[in-house]
Amino acid sequence: MASLLQAKSRRFPADKIFKIAATAAGVYILLIIGLMVFHLFSESYPIWEEEGLSFVTGSEWNAVEGREVFGAAPYILGTLVTAGLAMAIGVPLSIGIAMFISQAPKYLSGPLSMVVDLLAAIPSVIYGLWGLFVFRDIFLNWIEYPLHEAFGDSVWLFSSAPFGLDIFSASVILAIMIIPTISAVSREIMIAVPQMQKEAAYMLGATKWEMFKLSIFPYAKTGLIGAAILGLGRAVGETMAVTMLIGNATGPSAFPQTLFQPGQTMSSIIANEFIEASPASLHLPALIGIGIILLLVAIGINVVAHVLVSRMMKVKEGVINA
Amino acid sequence: MTTSQKRAEYRMLFKQNVSGRLLVDKIVLGVVLACVIAALVPLFSILIEVFRNGLPALTAEFLTQPPGAVGSGEGGIGPAIQGTLIIIGMSSLIGVPIGIMSGIFLSEFGNNRFGRMVRFFNDVFMEFPSIVIGIFAFLLIVLLLGHFSLWAGAFALSLIMLPIVARTTEESLKMVPLTYREAGLALGLKQWVITFRIVLSAAKSGMLTGILIAVARISGETAPLIMTVLGSSQFFSGVDSPMDALPLRIWRLSLLPYDSAREQGWGAAVVLIIIIMAINIGVRYYFARKNKKGSMFSMMRAGIRK
Repeated sequence: MASLLQAKSRRFPADKIFKIAATAAGVYILLIIGLMVFHLFSESYPIWEEEGLSFVTGSEWNAVEGREVFGAAPYILGTLVTAGLAMAIGVPLSIGIAMFISQAPKYLSGPLSMVVDLLAAIPSVIYGLWGLFVFRDIFLNWIEYPLHEAFGDSVWLFSSAPFGLDIFSASVILAIMIIPTISAVSREIMIAVPQMQKEAAYMLGATKWEMFKLSIFPYAKTGLIGAAILGLGRAVGETMAVTMLIGNATGPSAFPQTLFQPGQTMSSIIANEFIEASPASLHLPALIGIGIILLLVAIGINVVAHVLVSRMMKVKEGVINA
Repeated sequence: MTTSQKRAEYRMLFKQNVSGRLLVDKIVLGVVLACVIAALVPLFSILIEVFRNGLPALTAEFLTQPPGAVGSGEGGIGPAIQGTLIIIGMSSLIGVPIGIMSGIFLSEFGNNRFGRMVRFFNDVFMEFPSIVIGIFAFLLIVLLLGHFSLWAGAFALSLIMLPIVARTTEESLKMVPLTYREAGLALGLKQWVITFRIVLSAAKSGMLTGILIAVARISGETAPLIMTVLGSSQFFSGVDSPMDALPLRIWRLSLLPYDSAREQGWGAAVVLIIIIMAINIGVRYYFARKNKKGSMFSMMRAGIRK
């Protein structure tokens, strides 16, 4: 549709200006992204120069002047562990929700998907507040203590004493927060499976579950994986709720060893220390360095998710803004 | 020839087979229902707790006064409400026009390689961790000017709005039938007149939805505000100085070890959630009534979070 108008656009100088202005807005997006990557690299340059690769692999974290050591490994690992745990909890739940909503009658599916969407509308900081004052007590008493008492001696995962502000509770909050993303995208993908496929399965006498197994899952596999990865991208960047619940350990003790131990993620250490970091020392470059690792991880994850989801959604391109 | 005995046997086998499969089907339905309930419990718990704990804190003084001494339980969240409203307004002023222009670019001129590249990067931009955007605004504005300011915060939030507005604008412009544009060309109108007067006004409601969703989204953002507007306990004193915002205030209050701070935290949370839920539910209700097909609606679903 645009080519028709493009051919005409040379007729009027005003249209030329209009086209340039619109293109400039498009360029602005690319420019901002480019500037962001450039600035983060150039401002974190001192830390790469000072620590080199040991910034990624080291675990010491000391901002005291004269004894400055910065190693981001525990936080990178903390991000991966919390996001991974959140995926392990959130993905099956989300797929289940998507299955239900994609099959439910209209009067149920509409309101229900809207209600699940409201989970995405709640700000991260309110998740954190609720997590601190409501969820933490319940989770500690009903899940963490029983797990610790049952398996504390035999399974290393549950060995340290539960506290409520730890990797486990942060991961569970994170899982709740990524449910709306994954379930909304998976639902769209399940609906995009051609009706004929579903009917063919029903014609063979399949039950609803067998229909899912026969026609939806094989067809939608790539898209569902993409949806899950999209959720992972969001889990990796999530800041406030995690910062409030993860317990904020620093240095080697932030290495995730058990589920019930305070940890730290890349985004939470930035949120916690950014304001106190002095621009003159290496502390600020170190935090910006963590920022660029976080950005690169997020971009990588999201590019993969986009490719997978859009391959599946070619038919309805643009419908899913994932 | 099947004997009646054989037939009974077949019937039994058939029954076994089908009842087993039906049972599995029922079990799966139960599991799936449990998933739905598991997602709804936290949502309702959050809403109930926020309103139960927050509503008693809402007094005229709480809503209008600046915060009192730390831990005293006096004062309120006046500057935070003011700051949130100002920052939403400022970032919309920056983000919405650029976002709409980008959307126009994507839909009217984006049918080539460069357009596809912008679209792709725009979609990836939408998923950038907001704290990284905060760092960027800090480096670009706060370090340059030497102090925390409303400008820096508004810039950071405008970057979060931009891709959402751009994408929703593009989608709603694409839904305007080509015949509208042809009618404009047939009248001999210039393209910018066609786009602004005909296409944009036909796509108005979709764009408005996108903008409001973006506003709801940024009004809850905390992370980028930590390093840009910093927080303050004063009322507005110029766009060049630090300012308070509701999410920031909630965060600060939640870290204080006083019961009174906790109550105030819930109070601030109820104000914030009323703002955000009103926008979200309002938009969805309006849009669901206006457009029953609602492909925008489902698109929006994936585009929001926090």
